[in-house]
Amino acid sequence: MTTILDVRDLVTKFYTLDGVVNAVNGVSFDLDEGETLAIVGESGSGKSVTMMSLLGLIPCPPGKIEGGTAHFTTEAGSHDLLQMSVDELREVRGGQIGFVFQDPISTLNPIMTIGEQITETLTRHLKLTKQEARERTVKLLSSVGIPDPQLRYKAYPFQFSGGMRQRVVIAIAIACTPKIIIADEPTTALDVTVQAQIVDLFKRLREDLGVAIIWITHDLGVVAGIADRVLVMYGGRPVEIASVDELYENPQHPYTLGLLGALPRLDTRESRRLVSIRGAPPDLLIPLQHCPFAWRCDYAFDRCWEEIPPLLPVALRHQSACFYDLEKGGPRSV
Amino acid sequence: MVTRETTPMADSLLDVERTFKDRLAYMGRFLWRDRSGIVGLVMFAVVVFAAVFAPLIAPYDPLEQNLRDAKMPPAWSEGGSWEHPLGTDNLGRDLLSRLIYGARVSLTVGFFGVLIAAGLGMVFGAIAGYVGGRVDTFIMAVVNLVLSLPYLLFVVVIASILGRSLINVILIFGITDSPIFARVTRGEVLRIRESGYVESAISAGARTGRIIFDHIMPNLIGPLVTLATFEMSRMIFYEAGLGFLGLSVPPSVPSWGNMLDAGRKYLTSYPWIALWPGLAIMWTSLGMNLLGDWLRDVLDPRLRRARK
Amino acid sequence: MQRYFLFKAGQSILLLLGVLILVFFLVRVTGDPARLMMPREASAEAVEAFREEMGFNRPLIVQFGDYFLGVLTGDFGRSLHFKSPALELVVERLPATVQLATTALVFAMVVGIPLGLVGGFNPGSWVDSLGRFLALLGQSIPNFWLGLLLMLFFAVRLGWLPSFGRDEWRSVILPAFVLGLPTMGQLVRLTRSAVLEVRGEDFIRTAKSKGLLPRTIYTKHVLRNVAIPLVSVIGVQFGYMLGGSIIIETVFAWPGIGQLLEQAIGWRDYPLVMAIAVFTSLAVLAINLLTDVAYAVIDPRIRYGH
Repeated sequence: MTTILDVRDLVTKFYTLDGVVNAVNGVSFDLDEGETLAIVGESGSGKSVTMMSLLGLIPCPPGKIEGGTAHFTTEAGSHDLLQMSVDELREVRGGQIGFVFQDPISTLNPIMTIGEQITETLTRHLKLTKQEARERTVKLLSSVGIPDPQLRYKAYPFQFSGGMRQRVVIAIAIACTPKIIIADEPTTALDVTVQAQIVDLFKRLREDLGVAIIWITHDLGVVAGIADRVLVMYGGRPVEIASVDELYENPQHPYTLGLLGALPRLDTRESRRLVSIRGAPPDLLIPLQHCPFAWRCDYAFDRCWEEIPPLLPVALRHQSACFYDLEKGGPRSV
Repeated sequence: MVTRETTPMADSLLDVERTFKDRLAYMGRFLWRDRSGIVGLVMFAVVVFAAVFAPLIAPYDPLEQNLRDAKMPPAWSEGGSWEHPLGTDNLGRDLLSRLIYGARVSLTVGFFGVLIAAGLGMVFGAIAGYVGGRVDTFIMAVVNLVLSLPYLLFVVVIASILGRSLINVILIFGITDSPIFARVTRGEVLRIRESGYVESAISAGARTGRIIFDHIMPNLIGPLVTLATFEMSRMIFYEAGLGFLGLSVPPSVPSWGNMLDAGRKYLTSYPWIALWPGLAIMWTSLGMNLLGDWLRDVLDPRLRRARK
Repeated sequence: MQRYFLFKAGQSILLLLGVLILVFFLVRVTGDPARLMMPREASAEAVEAFREEMGFNRPLIVQFGDYFLGVLTGDFGRSLHFKSPALELVVERLPATVQLATTALVFAMVVGIPLGLVGGFNPGSWVDSLGRFLALLGQSIPNFWLGLLLMLFFAVRLGWLPSFGRDEWRSVILPAFVLGLPTMGQLVRLTRSAVLEVRGEDFIRTAKSKGLLPRTIYTKHVLRNVAIPLVSVIGVQFGYMLGGSIIIETVFAWPGIGQLLEQAIGWRDYPLVMAIAVFTSLAVLAINLLTDVAYAVIDPRIRYGH
């Protein structure tokens, strides 16, 4: 399994009217070819900003990428995305790395036909002729499950339902057979039944194209259905990273515990109350010198208030940024 | 196990209702950052000051004629004197005094005109938005009719029919400008009605009156105050236009429009009569436009932008 | 699309009816249209004779019916001053006003839109500041007063431009500049804010995420969407300039409909005044209708009745 994306210590800040927002505070992860990594966290955890930073898609000003590396490996070699010029990044965007965003109605240009919105990425990256691009677009539309693709080619976004629109967005993302698809909450704005269809679509495309997926969400239920590995983020930091099975069976970080506890489950016998995590997310304007989760944590002790816990190995290919050992019931011996 | 109370800052994030002092402090920061707002406010304040204190600060009675001193140029010109710093008009009336008193007419027209327009407009707009249905269709039909007509033309025609008087001018502007207030009000009422919280207020059992005062009105204030500022500026401009055509207040009354009309006849030989009122109008418009722009930025939280 | 056009045309006809009613009653709002149209010194008998002659003693509904049918057949009344059909007089003056309004609009667009575009793409730059400053001036300076000053300076003092009338090609420069100034200001602001707003939209983020070249994003995504509100405003402003040229035409003695209106008011020639009001309103309504159609052409959501 080759690693195609290796991110180390990414730091992104926003210099705003209200102060400096520390959106991303040292995120590291890697992604293997064909793997699906889910990035989970609540709003403000920095999950979207992390991915957008990698491809220079955050507005600068007020944003600024202040540290880290992001090595993207293709047949052409391995390059640090964060060091690339805008022109080079433009080649990667859409061509090597595709995007699927959350709300399909606002993601598509309302006054352009969907066919045109797909062909423009084909002509840009693959240098196809108009005819070739059109043919390929029709094939793409049918591969994402849009009926009557020849006819729908000339349709406008508002003439589609939400689920169909998202399929169009996915078609745009896979148009140039990218190595990675970054999906930022792709099902959040959709009906539950449609959500399942879209997840299935992703699975099918993953099989057919061998594409790696970074799936950003706050919904652990969806994650269970599609992810290979999970990265949990909190307060702009990674707090736990593990394979999906390992995470669900053996969560080590109190925050992850909280998230799982808040999930309604059909597979447990006893009925129990949904546990919500007390407190509120941290204010990213304040740079912290201690664990960002300490306030809300049932297990916090003095070390948690004195240092920022780094990602510590807790099991095979499983890391958790916590000084407390849940199994032992006491501070981790580090 | 050591715990602390929930995050201090996070708590304030939960605290949505900022206190009035916080709001004022925030506006103050904004005002300072966007200094044009202060400039506009000061410019406008100067005009208000002149209008309010006219009898105290004007050196002469604006109606006092003095044919011996007629057509005197301003003090710094040859033939001028500091007795009449801005000069005199063809009937020997002091231009500075007429200019200061002219502010009274302009501000009166603007203020009361907007008062009537906003009052009428808000009532009809709110009814249209809240009640909906046929009532809404009818009211908006009238609104659209008036708004699609050539404004200046009709104002001029109506003014010529009704005759020259201050009340007529105020009424004309008040009534012809109410549609824009109606439309904006209706838009806001619809937006609020369709957003969740009126529905939840109703289901919580709130009476209509309470809904109107606690939920709808506070949201109206922002856009309407901004609109009122711009419309007042427009009315001052149109009063001048009417005056220029001889259709505003009676000729002896010192209004900026009348002064422009008088100045037109003597433009080539003696341009001073026309110069000062135009500058005064420009000053007032500039001030009010700057103020209106700033108000719009401050009162619409959606337009807040992040700056370094 | 056809449905949309028919609907809008129907609306226009209703609006026209509204205009006719409005104008009809305006002239009668003082209660005695005859007194309004006669010189002040006129004797009671003269006024009564006039009233009979004009048919003001007939029931209102009859008068209105007559008037309405007249307008439909092209009879807009008879000018008291010229003693000839009002419509002819208006149409004769029409080209001058159209020329003035068109020139003013072209000026406003050629200066205003580019400034707004640059400002929207480079907010905070000196060009942006310049554009916004000019926009503010354009909307704050009383344009007819500026016209007087410019006339004084360029025509009388320097003699470069004619000070009044429509005799040569240079005559239109000053009045068009001054008439177009507020619109220029408005276009700068509107274009700028439209560009800023569109640039912040999600689909621009999508366009960037596709790796499209900046010029593609600007033309196909930003500008096309900016055109939507622009078209609307341009149409409205053109109507405003056609119908609101009265003061500028008076200042520059420009022989258009506006000047005719000012003269007609002076002569108390209210049949002519009414004719001008109705005709101009008709023209403005027609322009609004055209604008609505153009709007539908650009924005498919309107076309398909979204």
